[in-house]
Amino acid sequence: MAYHCTVGNFTYRFNDLKELLAKASPLRSGDVLAGLTAESYEERVAAQMALADVPLVTFLSEVVIPYETDEVTRLIIDTHDKAAFFRISSFTVGDLRDWLLSDDADTITLQQLARGLTPEMVAAVSKLMRNQDLILVAKKCEVVTRFRNTLGLRGHLSVRLQPNHPTDDAKGVAASIIDGLLYGSGDATIGINPATDSPAATSRLLHMIDRVRERFAIPTQSCVLSHITTTLELIEQKAPVDLVFQSIAGTEKANASFGVSLSLLQEAYEAGLSLKRGTIGNNIMYFETGQGSALSSGAHHNVDQQTCEVRAYAVARQYKPFLVNSVVGFIGPEYLFDGKQIIRAGLEDHFCGKLMGLPMGMDICYTNHAQADQDDMDTLLTLLGVAGINFIMGVPGADDIMLNYQSTSFHDALYLRRILGLRPAPEFEEWLLQQGIMDSLGNRLSTGLQKQLYRALVS
Amino acid sequence: MNDVKKIGVEPDEWEPLKAYTNARIALGKTGISIPLKESLQFKMAHAHAKDAVYSHLDVAGLQADLESTGLPVHRLHSQAENRDIYLQRPDLGRLLANDSVDKLRRLNSSPADISIIIADGLSATAINNYTGPVVNRLVEKIQQAGYSLAPLLLVEQGRVAITDAVGGILRPRLAIILIGERPGLSAFDSMGAYITYEPQPGLTDERRNCVSNIRDRGLPPVLAVDKLMYLINSAFRLQLTGVALKDNNGLLE
Repeated sequence: MAYHCTVGNFTYRFNDLKELLAKASPLRSGDVLAGLTAESYEERVAAQMALADVPLVTFLSEVVIPYETDEVTRLIIDTHDKAAFFRISSFTVGDLRDWLLSDDADTITLQQLARGLTPEMVAAVSKLMRNQDLILVAKKCEVVTRFRNTLGLRGHLSVRLQPNHPTDDAKGVAASIIDGLLYGSGDATIGINPATDSPAATSRLLHMIDRVRERFAIPTQSCVLSHITTTLELIEQKAPVDLVFQSIAGTEKANASFGVSLSLLQEAYEAGLSLKRGTIGNNIMYFETGQGSALSSGAHHNVDQQTCEVRAYAVARQYKPFLVNSVVGFIGPEYLFDGKQIIRAGLEDHFCGKLMGLPMGMDICYTNHAQADQDDMDTLLTLLGVAGINFIMGVPGADDIMLNYQSTSFHDALYLRRILGLRPAPEFEEWLLQQGIMDSLGNRLSTGLQKQLYRALVS
Repeated sequence: MNDVKKIGVEPDEWEPLKAYTNARIALGKTGISIPLKESLQFKMAHAHAKDAVYSHLDVAGLQADLESTGLPVHRLHSQAENRDIYLQRPDLGRLLANDSVDKLRRLNSSPADISIIIADGLSATAINNYTGPVVNRLVEKIQQAGYSLAPLLLVEQGRVAITDAVGGILRPRLAIILIGERPGLSAFDSMGAYITYEPQPGLTDERRNCVSNIRDRGLPPVLAVDKLMYLINSAFRLQLTGVALKDNNGLLE
């Protein structure tokens, strides 16, 4: 079905919903690379005006990637909650934007609505919203998850401690873990990107974190971010797997390029659940996503990169994740060129994920060939803190020496907690106070704990 | 130390752990923030990386460095006109500009065993620093092994896959591209080398083998050339490059 918008005496025509969504997208290099963007500023706003008039029910009949050929589309359509959707079923996309900003759309209403929204509806409405709209509505959403501690409560900010090392050297990893813990990070997870994906190396790292966690009764969870098939193998070998990690994308073909399918994710989800390692909750999955991944594997079906990204959230939602993390600036300037595009994408991803009902965190990051620097990260970090993000990354000095990119640091997390009055996950905060690592104002104290921690990690 | 205390900077007690990692640990703090000294060191590392991304090939210097090989050197350009286009359109960095295509065709050289391509990639600084030591030694070893060489090609705004565009015209049996790698904070002048057997348009990266982190404090040029020669010899023996070759290559572990 074609969509139109007349500006002056010229009528823009958009051949289908997919084209309309792409042309309504705020400018970003990945859509330019894919040849999908509006050809002028006027055409972009015309597309947004036309998109505002599209009834939400249209999204249930006109899919952007065919139902028959894509299992993610089938998941979206087959799991759509019509009862939850009923309340907004007469809305257009534009109506939805205005309603989301109204006081009627409060936290509980938005929680009840989540399963009634398809990713394409959410992507569409985000394209009509300014940055402050994305922040305001996201702030109203509250998504709480539990494993050994509680994440996502209003007024709390958690941190994934990311102690990567280029050769997975035990002492090197241990040094970064100690640095992070003593700066109050690690409540979201202590999560290592392994340099190699071998089961033996992954298992060694898992045991290492598990030892220190047990020895000091740290209320957190571990993760080694290996491929999900490696994790499955380790679960069979009875390795101490807490969170089950996988990178995912928004199309079947893009997921295939990551070596995963919905059935494989389901298998790993069930295997992880069977371990029953969560003490206060059963959210066990950790997913990472990022705009541009579908295009980079030639699997975007001419759907714009932000819509593809939100489709990945439909995949994540199916497995009740503990953490979902958009690695927003990692992919490079051919997808998000500069600080402005990275900041916009970060706010979109956080808003869209939260509205879909996901526990969104973000790797606020950039590579050295993107036009961005630590000032841009400070801006996005502050905006996401205001928007109520569940967790961010904690990398020593914001410099990941294994993945060679810049993220946020332990100090950055303390900055955000301080200026916004945010606290760590409650169980973790209690532990920090008990151990004398932090005072109640979030100041790092001197404990002398580093020696005992080191002995527990490297033994 | 008293001065440091006065301005509020507090060191961390676990500084000895710095011996185990290059990660930026034990930075200390002022209030809850990073002390200025560490903040400026980070900025300087980022400045080096940014300067490397926007650095240019030192063509005259490279031509002088390569003179002793005795091989002709030709300059080429990709379809990415400048750095900003190069960064946003990787597809254009993989294609030769029209006048470069004409230039290569006019060479009309008979197919050689090996073509060596030198491209700026994401760090011309890496290429400016390491082309001399790597290429001179590589040419010598290749000639000792009895393989013929095509003219040396110097490509501006090039990506790895421009190898295939060159291959489609010159038809070497194998091509090596030396290219500047994406700068990190710890290394901004790291050179990568990719080897492709029978390069031609349409190949994908799993058909290539890579030797990365070539620089004095990474994989030094002499060792890099040894690895490259091992790969070249294996590639001719197996008549392929890519995943299948890597699996058999103990030297790369």
